[in-house]
Amino acid sequence: MLEIRRVSVFYPGGDRTDAVEALRNIDLDIGEGEFVVALGASGCGKSTLMNLIAGFLAPSFGQLRLDGAPIAGPGRDRAVVFQKHALMPWLNVIDNLAFGLKLQGVGRAERYTVARRFLGLLGLEDFETSPVYMLSGGMQQRVGIGRALTADPRILLMDEPLGALDALTRERAQELILRIWQSQNKSVFLITHSVEEALFMGTKLIVMSPRPGRITHRFDLPFSRRFLAGESAREVKASPEFIAMRETVLGIIFADEEQAA
Amino acid sequence: MSFESETDTAASPGNAPQTPFLKRFLRAAPTRPGQTYGVPGEGRTVGISVAAVLIVLILWQVVTMAGLVAPLFLPSPVQVVEKFIAILGNGYTGAPLWLHVLVSAGRVFAAFALACVIGIPLGLAMGMNPVMRGLFDPFLEFYRPIPPLAYLPLMIIWFGIGETSKVLLIFLAVLAPVTLGARAGVRSVAIEQIHAAYSLGATRGQVLREVVLRAATPEILTSLRIGVGFGWTTLVAAEMVASTQGLGYMVLSASQFLQTSTVLVGIILIGAIAWIFDLAMRALERRIVPWKGRM
Repeated sequence: MLEIRRVSVFYPGGDRTDAVEALRNIDLDIGEGEFVVALGASGCGKSTLMNLIAGFLAPSFGQLRLDGAPIAGPGRDRAVVFQKHALMPWLNVIDNLAFGLKLQGVGRAERYTVARRFLGLLGLEDFETSPVYMLSGGMQQRVGIGRALTADPRILLMDEPLGALDALTRERAQELILRIWQSQNKSVFLITHSVEEALFMGTKLIVMSPRPGRITHRFDLPFSRRFLAGESAREVKASPEFIAMRETVLGIIFADEEQAA
Repeated sequence: MSFESETDTAASPGNAPQTPFLKRFLRAAPTRPGQTYGVPGEGRTVGISVAAVLIVLILWQVVTMAGLVAPLFLPSPVQVVEKFIAILGNGYTGAPLWLHVLVSAGRVFAAFALACVIGIPLGLAMGMNPVMRGLFDPFLEFYRPIPPLAYLPLMIIWFGIGETSKVLLIFLAVLAPVTLGARAGVRSVAIEQIHAAYSLGATRGQVLREVVLRAATPEILTSLRIGVGFGWTTLVAAEMVASTQGLGYMVLSASQFLQTSTVLVGIILIGAIAWIFDLAMRALERRIVPWKGRM
């Protein structure tokens, strides 16, 4: 569905600095219904990669295609969920959810019908007309996810969506995102710097490394499917396979770090 | 070894540390629950303000009643009120007081409305577009600090001594802060909000209308408050030449006849109208941008 072929990105250098190679030779496929997680320390280019997919940034070299068509600019087939500050505080919960539909010129009654379907899924039934600035961080983030969903994108792009949440809220939100992923059958591309989050949520993991930003390792992951098959999140995260995988990935990241230092 | 149970400690009275009086000036005392420690300038001011105004009024009355200042320089508050009632009854130089108020308010609000219609779109355009910014910035920044009295003669030479030059003078005083406010308001939109809108399929026009304009509203409203204040500041200058009505005219002509109490009536009326309008604007702010500063 989404193909990234030999993509490199250079940021121009300043007067006394060389051009920075933010991404080198990225090859990545994101298939229908896949949940791809990009993991890496800051500066590894994972945000650059997301900006490329979202269409905010053009690659210096290489190609990105969605369903065979080159990506040229942002579009609602690739809705982005941001870490924070991206809701519209002048709109209440339902109007935030329906914002994408409003942009498409969908009438109010129909917008609300669609948005209400997601209120329940997100656990926001009682907050339909609440101002978003009165909500907790976790609830705001659910509105952000719902807003992307109502636009009915081909792929959800999530830029550290849970980074600003406290640990408990974060775990709940991980489970919610997995349930949404399952019920809506969307492809997801998620950025995180939490190893545990990456392992728990993805079906495919790419580990990235800085200077230049590149993909160093790829893994297929079973854990999100185990959770959705009925295992509890704690069981999954405490299982020996999960722990072994976590240590492997942490080892890779620390080794990369030392090499870079 | 024994530990006091928690409840004992909490229940024992007198545990709250007493901050010595002098230390209060160096470091804030611990707050009560529900307050935040160390917030600069925390505390209610209404009572203090009311008291301060009352004290000044009383001092003013005492000083003038004791004959320490000649009424020519400073009439007493009571004399000012009496003068106000007299003007209210008989008018001033042949026109009733409400007409003076209406004429001045009309000039200020006509100029204000014009400044909104031109300044808000211009400021938004300058914020959104480097060409517009490059075109208008030098002129705006050049005339902005010039006192309106300095270009009043030009206004009169160009537009005559009629209503046009009066309204234009006030308009120019209001235009700069409104335009700059709208321009700065564009900056208050978060880039994530813009990116989110684009990734939901927004066009550039939609981003401007549905995101930038909305995010800029608090800043624009603030600039309108500042702007209309500038308008009132300029009123007296605008009514200097060829006026027979208006509060600015009233103040100026009364001063020529050393009618100090009339001058004070005019000043207090201008201040009161401006203040009431500002209160209305603040109420409007609370109503249409309740989210201001909260996200």
